[in-house]
Amino acid sequence: MKVAKRTFDAVIVGAGGAGLRAALQLSEAGLKTAVLTKVFPTRSHTVAAQGGVAASLGNSTEDNWHWHMYDTVKGSDWLGDQDAIEFMVKKANEVVVELEHYGMPFDRTDNGKIYQRPFGGHSQNYGQTPVSRSCAAADRTGHAMLHALYQRNVRANTQFFVEWMAMDLIRNADGDVLGVTAMEMETGEVSIFHAKATIFATGGAGRIYYSSTNAFINTGDGVGMAARAGIPLEDMEFWQFHPTGVAGAGVLITEGVRGEGGILRNAAGERFMERYAPNLKDLASRDIVSRSMVTEINEGRGCGTEKDHVLLDITHLSPETIMKRLPGIREIAIQFAGVDPIKAPIPVVPTCHYQMGGIPTNYKGQVIVPKDGNPNVPVAGFYAAGECACASVHGANRLGTNSLLDLLVFGKSAGETVVADFQSGQLTLKPLPDDAADVSLARIARLETQTNGVEVNDVRLDMQRVMQKHAGVFRFADMLKEGVTKILEVAERAKHTQIKDKSKVWNTARTEALELDNLIEVAKATMISAEARKESRGAHVRDDAIDCAETPNGRDDKNWLKHTLWYSEGNRLDYKPVNLQPMSADVEPIALAKRTY
Amino acid sequence: MTLNRGRVRWQCRRALLELDLVFTRFLERHFDRLTDGQLADLDDLLLVEDHDLWGMINGSRPVENDRWKEMVELLRAG
Ligand SMILES: Cc1cc2nc3c(=O)[nH]c(=O)nc-3n(C[C@H](O)[C@H](O)[C@H](O)COP(=O)(O)OP(=O)(O)OC[C@H]3O[C@@H](n4cnc5c(N)ncnc54)[C@H](O)[C@@H]3O)c2cc1C
Repeated sequence: MKVAKRTFDAVIVGAGGAGLRAALQLSEAGLKTAVLTKVFPTRSHTVAAQGGVAASLGNSTEDNWHWHMYDTVKGSDWLGDQDAIEFMVKKANEVVVELEHYGMPFDRTDNGKIYQRPFGGHSQNYGQTPVSRSCAAADRTGHAMLHALYQRNVRANTQFFVEWMAMDLIRNADGDVLGVTAMEMETGEVSIFHAKATIFATGGAGRIYYSSTNAFINTGDGVGMAARAGIPLEDMEFWQFHPTGVAGAGVLITEGVRGEGGILRNAAGERFMERYAPNLKDLASRDIVSRSMVTEINEGRGCGTEKDHVLLDITHLSPETIMKRLPGIREIAIQFAGVDPIKAPIPVVPTCHYQMGGIPTNYKGQVIVPKDGNPNVPVAGFYAAGECACASVHGANRLGTNSLLDLLVFGKSAGETVVADFQSGQLTLKPLPDDAADVSLARIARLETQTNGVEVNDVRLDMQRVMQKHAGVFRFADMLKEGVTKILEVAERAKHTQIKDKSKVWNTARTEALELDNLIEVAKATMISAEARKESRGAHVRDDAIDCAETPNGRDDKNWLKHTLWYSEGNRLDYKPVNLQPMSADVEPIALAKRTY
Repeated sequence: MTLNRGRVRWQCRRALLELDLVFTRFLERHFDRLTDGQLADLDDLLLVEDHDLWGMINGSRPVENDRWKEMVELLRAG
């Protein structure tokens, strides 16, 4: 069947922080660039980021990139690639100052510099004391960032395709990427976006879990598309559970609350983090805090009639501080927890928040796959950045504020790589295969003709419950095994989703059915990768991993200091080495050590 | 011109989970019964930035336009 075709130098899928930062690089270099997005750019999920963006500017306390690098490697539980981490922390000041020049309204210190506040896992002097490294624009950092980048893109003539949903990656027989198919929501028509370069910046898939801080838009489309097209997914067993989601609702209470002095308490009113992390206490790394909270709950010290949560206490802060530094928190607590945090503590539980794994890339933003014995061969024409990608800087656990930094650094880097490859003539428009749109058209046709199928909402809910129960904060061998069977059953049912509304125009039911296909890929990758990894590391914590001298905190470096690669076809697993070597001679490798805070 | 309901429904997909939760209830309970006039008011309200819209719904921000008041009430009531 014939479908309309559009041709560009580059097509970027996603207009969040990563997509907009990449687009800017391309458009300013004069490349004809299309940006596809499901929603208006400034309604991308980056808007939700409140806490800030990390950079070792040292405006509020002494700081340098060496400390930031150490914290990031340690935070990653040594699963992060040290070359990419060095690249990111060294670029941090540059990309943040650049953003300031684009008009980002950062909070200021009295002497006019960017105000910085402390955040979990960030420290001075290699883990000694908390450092103020997070640059914020009140509690609207992501919003302000997106607006600054969007305005800049408009100026640079980036062409936006708003309310277009990319459906499938187009590859030729050699595996080169030639663009994507996409559906225009307004018409329901599928088109081909043919390009010399394709950049994925589609964000995370936090909606695979039942309890999530993520908005509904985070359905992992890019990750799912890549997996269906034969690209392996890296380290998908690692999901960050944010310690402070409002119990029941999932809505995030930013770590900035603890940065400003908030304290976690158990049923006895005890500040229990003093026992688990004597140095950084409530500001220890997220996985540690989440695990400590679950331990308190599991051991019967949880709060409420069900003893199923702990309390985040800011009643000792002055109302002025709360209003000035943490304005949005009060409304969230009132609306979703029914408490005024000025007067009473907020009930919180660890909640799925961030996807550490994703589409494998190097620090240049090139998508890399194993080929002919080399684990890291770039896929011609394919790049990725942001939460959908795995560079891998976050390894087994991301530090707060390092994601916005990741968007800026690797969005820009992917853009720079494309521009360089374009200018050197390496990127060419390769002929499209005749069947380029067939897979997408078949998916649409199936939804149109499916009878006796299953409801999208039912399958999604089943998936979310299985993930929550079988691959949560603490993981158990038998539960994971059972989880694999169950998630494969759910995936089987997802092949038969049915929608009642068969109209073409603005059919949101169809959009949600297509999104579910992507979520399911991510859920399978997560469960299967988690079941296979027989150790605890960062956010992946197994009950059967023993804490002893050879395996500190259950981390088994002898057997498991390696990245997982999951292939959708046959649910095959492969592994590749972690890069423990920094990029330059400026810094020694950060040596393996037990992670304590 | 009457608005396409599917289009307006898609505009209820927001960047903040707070709003998604509020809109889920709203879509279940009220959306299908909105008159064309109400739908147009909603469509206009949905152009507001997420943080501002959330502020209006939780009461920390005044509802700046009389035209939005009825819809904001419905969103608040759940
Ligand atoms: C509540 C919350 C608070 C956070 N706070 C912080 C913080 O303070 N600091 C920090 O560093 N990190 C924070 N994070 C994490 C950080 O916000 C995200 O990791 C980051 O914003 C992701 O950005 P992105 O550009 O990769 O994707 P997103 O901003 O999610 O953008 C994805 C884009 O892709 C588009 N898209 C997706 N699928 C398709 C498709 N099929 N077709 C077309 N377009 C598509 C979307 O429309 C959107 O434009 C927070 C996360 C949450 C949930």
